[in-house]
Amino acid sequence: MTPAVDVPVEKWQGAVREVTLGASADGGTRASTVTVGGQSGLPFLGFEGSAPHPPVIAAEVVDVYPEDWSPALLAALGETAKDPAAWAQAGVAAGAELIALKLRSAHPERGDAGEADCVATVKKVLGAVGVPLIVYGPGEAEKDNEVLVAVAEATKGERLVLASCEDKNYRTIVAAALGNGHLVSAFSPIDVNLAKQLNILIRDMGLPLERVLMDPNSGALGYGIEYTYSVMERLRLAALMGDAMTQQPLICNLGEEAWRQKEAKATDGVPESWGDLADRGVIWEVTTATTLLHAGADIVVLRHPRSIAAIRDVIAALTEGA
Amino acid sequence: MALTGLEVYKLLPKTNCKECGFPTCLAFAMKLAQKGTELAKCPYVTDETRAALDAAAAPPIRLITVGTGERAFSVGNETVLFRHEKTFVHQTGLMVRMRDDDPALAQRAKAVNDYAIERVGLTLSLDGVALENASGSAATFADAAATVAAAGYAPIALFADAPEALAAAAERIAARKPLLGIATAATIAPMAVIAKERDCPLVVRGAGDLESLAAICEKARGAGVEDLVLDPGARDPAGALELFTQLRRLAVKKNVRALGYPLIAFASGQTPEAEAALAAGAIAKYAGVLVLDHDDPALLYPLMTLRQNIYTDPQKPIQVEPGLYSIGAVTADSPLLITTNFSLTYFTVSGEVESGGTPAHLLVADADGQSVLTSWAAGKFDAEKIAKTVLQSGIGDRLTHRKLVIPGLVAGLSGETEEELPGWQIIVGPREAVEIPTYLKTVWPRL
Repeated sequence: MTPAVDVPVEKWQGAVREVTLGASADGGTRASTVTVGGQSGLPFLGFEGSAPHPPVIAAEVVDVYPEDWSPALLAALGETAKDPAAWAQAGVAAGAELIALKLRSAHPERGDAGEADCVATVKKVLGAVGVPLIVYGPGEAEKDNEVLVAVAEATKGERLVLASCEDKNYRTIVAAALGNGHLVSAFSPIDVNLAKQLNILIRDMGLPLERVLMDPNSGALGYGIEYTYSVMERLRLAALMGDAMTQQPLICNLGEEAWRQKEAKATDGVPESWGDLADRGVIWEVTTATTLLHAGADIVVLRHPRSIAAIRDVIAALTEGA
Repeated sequence: MALTGLEVYKLLPKTNCKECGFPTCLAFAMKLAQKGTELAKCPYVTDETRAALDAAAAPPIRLITVGTGERAFSVGNETVLFRHEKTFVHQTGLMVRMRDDDPALAQRAKAVNDYAIERVGLTLSLDGVALENASGSAATFADAAATVAAAGYAPIALFADAPEALAAAAERIAARKPLLGIATAATIAPMAVIAKERDCPLVVRGAGDLESLAAICEKARGAGVEDLVLDPGARDPAGALELFTQLRRLAVKKNVRALGYPLIAFASGQTPEAEAALAAGAIAKYAGVLVLDHDDPALLYPLMTLRQNIYTDPQKPIQVEPGLYSIGAVTADSPLLITTNFSLTYFTVSGEVESGGTPAHLLVADADGQSVLTSWAAGKFDAEKIAKTVLQSGIGDRLTHRKLVIPGLVAGLSGETEEELPGWQIIVGPREAVEIPTYLKTVWPRL
């Protein structure tokens, strides 16, 4: 006799909002657009909800040669890392569906490039690839405002993601997105309530939530990933239970975090039990990314071509039949 | 599922003899249901009642121990689906798969036994070798089991298709209490006999659905084997995640004891990063035992780190050992910063210092594992504590300067700290860790 087992199925009330990146008309020049979100169940659980859009990969591209990056990354990227357009093309060739362009040269200590240079770089990358773009400012609030506003105005209608807007500068960034047909990535420091609050502030300015991604601040493996993991699980559970202010797709800017840890960088003076750096760095990034995908990440920003390939495969394996 | 007070009451003698210290049997039952007293306080309780209450109090996922001695590991006893609800209690056992005809078996098994990593003050190690009867020969398998056992004290799993091979190897190393398997519908009868005879836990494999798994568990229990580890037999990673999730929910939310056992996952990838991706999912989502194909340290270290992270109690974050940390190639001229021993605070600050490229001495104060602002508010990170941390570290003797940078969030402590630390200049640093690299490059040199 075969005992009958009642499969426990959760009945969720809510769903993640669908957000479309990039535009092919009305000012948009993208060959393809990408829609994320829409899930009505927990990540990869096909038996109790639909997941119309699998998670996607954004390949990270920096506008200046990142000489301080891990040697394992620089060796893999080679000459392409000297030209953002070629680098973006390589990212797409490796399997990324989005490009995350970081305007690092605009940082006051890394060249302090002005608005015109940043706009030119963004246009160059837009011309080189057909996929949608996420554009990151240099990560310094004042300069972020300056260059992201200029970029937003010069690319009206492209549905770029402007990243990041935080409680400090959301007004300027959201206004730039609102006036020019773009999206924003709302960054909050590993905290469910702060993430919700920022979404409310953004909505109150009039930007539709169909144009907002949430960045929960991605702690790297070994450096706080468990906090991000649990905050993301809580946000996603709240979204499924019907809390409208937590229903934004999640973007994890994790390549940057994974690759700045010493485990992904150090070649000399490390114990033999750490293994070879070339593999260790990639695995540090892949392990961080997969773990956050299981917590509900919709977009993962990655650096290494091998990581992009491995994450593509695991997303495919986990969404098969879903 | 725990019993209610009334359900417990029905099982008691109902004589109101008061010998338990409570005025009535009902009051005692209510307290028992809340786990506020012990059944042993009732002198007249029957064996039947004791058994019923024990069964009700048993954890929804049976605790299974593999191996013996200090290296033995236990899995199970989990009570939640999400770690933020409470905590995951028994971390995933990590084993490395090896073939019994591997010519390098002894050496590879020893490497698994000896592998260790120091991380945030803890030593992380692997949980042993999962030996596979790839040769098909019972004699080879039994010899290989002895070889692995001789390589060290880490637990061992013995996996064979043929019950004869399993019997031969289990007999050889029974004293090490190996994890046996893998029993399918076809082999459960003879394999259950072996597990029962050797008193070892047994892995049972379903056919990709819960019904077949429940059937095989029932057969194992019927043969007297209670210590089971489940492999639902999923065909792909998506199916494995679904079955693992359903099994965990059945156990912790529905209290289905018939399937309340730890789960075993197998991660196998063409490349180490492909294997890492599958293994990370298994660690996050409910694997009690995880068997890896690769024994490349570049894979093992990240996975052991993830296991440590996921199984950290979210209510009691990891604390960093207080003391003095050198970040980069420090000299006697390098800046000196102080922060608290909340792990995330330490990682954030040390990460920013590291990525900024300016070597620095980082003092970590014992603030009960709290962040800067929390510990300051609780009076655990004050001028006295800062002064004590500086003096105890002896850092003063190793520097050419007497400048201490305190977190900008506790700027108000600077005056008081200068009084506590005569001869030192207390400097208010940035409020946010992310500003540290710029601060050390631009502000510090001018001080």
